Amino acid sequence: MTAPHPGRPRAASTGGHGRSAANPARLTAGWRHPGPASLREHLDIYGPLPRVSGRGRAGFLADAVGEAGLTGRGGAGFPTGTKLRAVAARRGPAVVVANGMEGEPASAKDHALLTRSPHLVLDGAVLAAEAVRADVVHVCLPRTKPGLAEQVRDAIADRERSGVPGAPVEVHDLPHHYVSSEETSLVRWLNGGDARPSGGLGRPFERGVRRRPTLIDNVETLAHIALIARYGPAWFRQAGLPDAPGTMLATVSGAVASPGVYEIAVGTPVADLLGWSRARPDVSAVLIGGYFGTWHALRDVAGLPLAAGGLRPVGASPGAGVVVALPEGACGLAETARVLAYLAGQSAGQCGPCAFGLPAIAEDFAELASGRPGGTVLERLDRRLGVLPGRGACRHPDGAARLAASALTAFAADVHLHARHRPCLAARRGQAGGDVLPIPRPGAEGEWE
Amino acid sequence: MTSRLHIDMAACSGHGLCADLLPELVATDEWGFPIVSGDAIAPSLLPLARRAVRTCPTLALRLLTAEEPEPYRAHRKAGHR
Repeated sequence: MTAPHPGRPRAASTGGHGRSAANPARLTAGWRHPGPASLREHLDIYGPLPRVSGRGRAGFLADAVGEAGLTGRGGAGFPTGTKLRAVAARRGPAVVVANGMEGEPASAKDHALLTRSPHLVLDGAVLAAEAVRADVVHVCLPRTKPGLAEQVRDAIADRERSGVPGAPVEVHDLPHHYVSSEETSLVRWLNGGDARPSGGLGRPFERGVRRRPTLIDNVETLAHIALIARYGPAWFRQAGLPDAPGTMLATVSGAVASPGVYEIAVGTPVADLLGWSRARPDVSAVLIGGYFGTWHALRDVAGLPLAAGGLRPVGASPGAGVVVALPEGACGLAETARVLAYLAGQSAGQCGPCAFGLPAIAEDFAELASGRPGGTVLERLDRRLGVLPGRGACRHPDGAARLAASALTAFAADVHLHARHRPCLAARRGQAGGDVLPIPRPGAEGEWE
Repeated sequence: MTSRLHIDMAACSGHGLCADLLPELVATDEWGFPIVSGDAIAPSLLPLARRAVRTCPTLALRLLTAEEPEPYRAHRKAGHR
């Protein structure tokens, strides 16, 4: 097995900063020009699709992925080899779902990967299908990204013309609500229902699409599978940490001069990633993990590795690899209030505590951030944040509550100022034109069907 | 065999009968939706718990035995997500 020969990676939005043997360009090796790497370019860089089934190869891919220590890159971080094994152990033909929904507004990595290296994702999807004996692959994409599905369909047509083997691949355009990228939402939609999470209706790996065992993986996870199948677990472990191996795609935005998608070794210190993306010197706080993530004072996390284990002591998680830098002049409470209002609007409306609780904490935050908070807003928030997690069909309320609670801690000085005196200058200004966190246009996600 | 209560919150519409029958195990939040204790149910409360399950108008309340796993909860972004 040979390592890929990425030559000189010049992935446009990765900047190429900090590249070294320990921090290689793997997924981004084909990002040499705007637009997708062609099938020929893809095969030149990575070599042909390997076989992962057949005589003497039962369990080969699940074992290799397990040894590699790959974990899901969609945010949950579940061990991918375990998932492959669980689906492969079920009887009957399975189904593979490639999750490219990227419901997280501050993440751009899945879109970047699908538009630059579609064949890497498709390789991983058909290899996973081979390993779990699936006879179809569904690629789920947001219908809010014009042209994305078309590009992926073009890539599939190229593979068919060139005789690349693999299960048939179907591309679907789904509604793009925040919770529509949950795996039970995908299953429910593919089965003809709404793209809303369904709690308690069976685990997808046992009974998912058309009641068949269903493997659902994030598109970046599948791209890593494609590389592990080619080059093996030892190669995969040459980057990253022993307990969090490989590379990951991170999306950096906010007060940085070079925002974008970066491929980094898992465990890269937060400060290094901010340095490569040329963070402004006045960055005081960072949001890690996205809108279900957590706020932190930069000094508390700058030296920590962007990896699940390294961030756990401060209560953070890399999530889908999102890092947003907040400049000194912005108000973290006002930013959080805007995001909570967005998350409240994104509730599927199925569970009472989410449907009523999220608008309530969003209003509390709006009051805290820019109004004249009554003396009880903090006590009310404390009580509400305590009862939201762990009760819904999905973890939408858990994520929103986590974000809100982290803001109260990370911006404790601001909380005091806002609650006892008056809003800070940034919040009073309304940060005209200076909003840091992106909020999708209301209604852009369309219907639920 | 120990049992515990589970609520399918997507099915629950907040009637509150469970909280009326079983205040020892079910509280309600300010919007009237139940907050159940995940602890094992004391044997003395089991008959009432069974009755609460039977009485729930939306069949959202269930008794889980010790071996029974929690119903699946989509856990994207679990770690965090």
